[in-house]
Amino acid sequence: MKPAAFDYYKPETLDEALSLLDEFGYDAKILAGGQSLIPMMNMRLARPPVLIDINGVPGMTGIEVGDSEIVIGGLTRHYMVEHSAEIRSSCPMLAEGIKLIGHSQIRSRGTIGGSIVHADPTAELPVMLTALGGKVTVVSSGEERELTPEELFLTYMTTTIEPNEIVKSVHFPVIAERTGHAIEEFTLRSGDFAIIIAAASVTLDEEGLIESAALCIGGVDGVPVKLDDVTDELIGHAPSDELFEESCAPITDMVEPEKDIHASVEYRKDLCVALSRRVLKKAADEAKLA
Amino acid sequence: MTEKTAESNRLKTITLKVNHKEYTVDVEPRMLLSDVLRDILRLTGTHVGCEHGVCGACTITMDGRPVRSCLVFGVQADQADIVTVEGLESEDGELHPLQKGFWEKHGLQCGFCTPGMLMTACHLLEHNPDPSREEIREAISGNLCRCTGYQGIVDAVEYAAKEMRERAE
Repeated sequence: MKPAAFDYYKPETLDEALSLLDEFGYDAKILAGGQSLIPMMNMRLARPPVLIDINGVPGMTGIEVGDSEIVIGGLTRHYMVEHSAEIRSSCPMLAEGIKLIGHSQIRSRGTIGGSIVHADPTAELPVMLTALGGKVTVVSSGEERELTPEELFLTYMTTTIEPNEIVKSVHFPVIAERTGHAIEEFTLRSGDFAIIIAAASVTLDEEGLIESAALCIGGVDGVPVKLDDVTDELIGHAPSDELFEESCAPITDMVEPEKDIHASVEYRKDLCVALSRRVLKKAADEAKLA
Repeated sequence: MTEKTAESNRLKTITLKVNHKEYTVDVEPRMLLSDVLRDILRLTGTHVGCEHGVCGACTITMDGRPVRSCLVFGVQADQADIVTVEGLESEDGELHPLQKGFWEKHGLQCGFCTPGMLMTACHLLEHNPDPSREEIREAISGNLCRCTGYQGIVDAVEYAAKEMRERAE
């Protein structure tokens, strides 16, 4: 399997990359880590006429942890986040979730911005971004805008990012006090695409009751699905196995996964309930320790 | 359109270091690094299996990190420092402890996946000199062995880890 021919550009500045996008529009694809794009090109499912390789663009790689926000440059590679001690303490879910992305060879090259714009609803980063309420900053020539996950993800592999825009940075909140995070997924083999993925965040008040919570599931729709109806029910209650069991049971009626060769609809629904229960419990346990 | 085709086929000159030796070659942008290594540099130790990032046979190290060479374009390796399986044995021809381990512990059956397994394991042992069997399995999870020789491969990596620790002492 070999890719079809394309024109290759390697801009040395962000402005140069953006003006190439202005010039080529829909004909151009950004090449960052290439770990999703190149397989598609090798199989000739994608044949972009122009590739703009942004690997030489300075200032787009790095992790900055502030008081309330973590800013990760779009070109930051997964392994950099995976091995960041700061990320581990400031946003435990992100550290855990990154390790679930493909294999070490993929994490060597794959980028944070690339995973987000690829917008695979079973991928770890879109689910984590949605669960945690992160943001994405995209730039075009002369303009910069911020998008919430709800504004960003449209459907399978589709975002609202315009053909002249690049993901400059991805923002995650620093973990709040008395808060726990958890992420789990079910895959057929280690490193595979998840069949169902669930991520949760739970914050307790000073009495140990649930003050706020978030739950997001990937693999049931074209975008990661946030289940606020489930987490709203938790507020004011003490975390317990019974509470999570009871509140997660209705998830079977809230999600509408599709069946494929790997799993039936019923099985996927069961996974949604089981993984939701598990991540909520784990997040609550973490919150107790925090 | 004709203009575009002409541009697409235009060769790019790149310089890369492979196994401590510098090469300057002309490549078409769509040429994968795995093919640059195999077809231009004639380093056929790097195997090409699935060519879409699943099997791990083409794993090399690029600037110190394990990378699938079928998921990198050759042009992107300009100025990169690459090590392939040919770079594992020492200059006097002595096998790397991992290569010895695969020999001693029957870490291969057909051997097709071996170069990728070796390069992945090499990176593991550089960063974790005493991995558990679980950690070895996790590290090689991105490399498929269709003979299912994993038992021997894990034994081989364990053997090499021990050998390397003893050497370091």
